[in-house]
Amino acid sequence: MTDAVDKTAPARIVEQQERVPGLLRSVGWHLLPWLLPFVLLVLWHWSAVSGHLNRSVLPGPLDVVDVAISLIERGQLQHHLIVSLRRVAVGFGLGAVTGLALGIVVGLSTTARQFADLTIQMVRTVPHLALVPLMIFWFGIGEEPRVLLVALGVVFSVYINTVSGIRSVDPKLVEMGRSYGLTKPQLIWSIILPGALQQILTGIRYALGVAWLTLVVAETIASREGLGFLVQDARELLRLDVIVLVILIYAAAGWLADLLTRSIEARLLSWHPSYSSRAARS
Amino acid sequence: MSGAAVTIRRLERSFGGNAVLNGVDLDVAPGEFVSLIGASGVGKSTLLKIVAGLDEATAGILRVDAGTKRPEVRMMFQEDRLLPWRTVLGNVVLGTRGREADGAEILHAVGLGERGDDYPAVLSGGQRQRAALARALLHQPDLLLLDEPFGALDALTRAAMQELLSSLLRQSPRTVLLVTHDVDEALLLSDRVIVMRAGRIARSLALPGPRPRPRGDAELARLKEELIGSLLHDEGTADTDKPRRVKRELQPHT
Ligand SMILES: Nc1ncnc2c1ncn2[C@@H]1O[C@H](COP(=O)(O)OP(=O)(O)OP(=O)(O)O)[C@@H](O)[C@H]1O
Ligand SMILES: [Mg+2]
Repeated sequence: MTDAVDKTAPARIVEQQERVPGLLRSVGWHLLPWLLPFVLLVLWHWSAVSGHLNRSVLPGPLDVVDVAISLIERGQLQHHLIVSLRRVAVGFGLGAVTGLALGIVVGLSTTARQFADLTIQMVRTVPHLALVPLMIFWFGIGEEPRVLLVALGVVFSVYINTVSGIRSVDPKLVEMGRSYGLTKPQLIWSIILPGALQQILTGIRYALGVAWLTLVVAETIASREGLGFLVQDARELLRLDVIVLVILIYAAAGWLADLLTRSIEARLLSWHPSYSSRAARS
Repeated sequence: MSGAAVTIRRLERSFGGNAVLNGVDLDVAPGEFVSLIGASGVGKSTLLKIVAGLDEATAGILRVDAGTKRPEVRMMFQEDRLLPWRTVLGNVVLGTRGREADGAEILHAVGLGERGDDYPAVLSGGQRQRAALARALLHQPDLLLLDEPFGALDALTRAAMQELLSSLLRQSPRTVLLVTHDVDEALLLSDRVIVMRAGRIARSLALPGPRPRPRGDAELARLKEELIGSLLHDEGTADTDKPRRVKRELQPHT
């Protein structure tokens, strides 16, 4: 067990934060993440205008902006965007509430776990997107199949993380709660749910991604409205600029959703040392 | 006299055939401070949990009597067991309603008056234990159960916590059952030291004079030797079982 120690290796240098003057450094720090996207955008634009980029392969950023403006003027973009957002919101809400409720019941009750967990785990192994044809067969091309698919995609990741979050709450804290005379509801509200919260939020964040993905697939198939329809329609009309626009909207929406959940996380877990540099409440 | 009386008769507890408590008899008078010492794994924590109502005895009688009212029993664990998502004050008032003022007062008494709004994560180990002590005291328990509460602290902090505990008990006396590995701590704080052995009470040693006792007293030094002697004797008897079993297992090979 005596690995040769590399005597020539330099002594580990303790990293120190540089003390660049406050404001400048802080502005620079916050702009840093935007540097790479900005460079890529400039490169893209440059390739488009300089002719390096064949516009029938990929339109330039300005083309995308143009088509966005014209779609907005005709009221189409807003319409499809709102339809899609509504589907995601309803489907996600439905799935998250169901997954949370199921997860809490199964996480808290050994009997419920014994009864339901196996079934849920089996159903979970079916890729929910495989149900698209079945859903369309059952519900036609209305709202229901899309919303239900999104809900299905969401429900399991919320369920699994809720159950495992609850199961991993420190039993010593629960024992402490009992010895301090907490009633069962108090125990759940003050100890078990806060203890499971971090993992529940992880599940929710992951589920948001799944919700978007599901929506894209569900809307691309047999739909008359929504961003997915817009893409599908554009493909038939060979409108690459519309396709790129919608892809960018998907990206922005996903990013915004992630930002939102992160800020909710930071708020709810402000006591957690790894979520705030200052654990003290101000 | 304030505090609950504890009566324990022929108390037994076994975990799947493994008898941990084996007929414990113990009486604690109201206001008495009793320390429980004994080798690791002898069942001290198990006994305390049963008294706290966190575990059920397999057989025997346990009575905690606080006169006409229902006895308040509070336990302080070896770890602080503070809820990380509640502020220090929020932890102290856990399970109560509208007692923030009392909570702040008790925090002040344990020297954490300024730290009520902080989360436990930013406190030091000793501060966390003090917060846990404050939480146990808020309920004005008739019976306070302490399971190696200061075991994880450094010597200096431990001495400070012992001071704090005895001064708080002087102000509002109550019955205390303390599990400790520290014989000095037992001698300093308690009225009586109990030695547990093989799931039973092996010795009960009443200590002279009022507590807390001066450290380094000659009589106490003698008692300490005696207690350590009986603890060592315990390990001696525990060991005698093992060689016999080993011998039996080895027989086929010889
Ligand atoms: N829930 C349990 N299930 C099975 N065995 C247990 C359980 N709790 C305690 N025991 C056993 O009971 C015995 C006594 O445990 P206990 O925690 O009471 O010891 P202790 O005297 O407090 O020891 P220490 O000084 O190390 O804390 C141990 O052998 C332990 O393995
Ligand atoms: Mg113990």
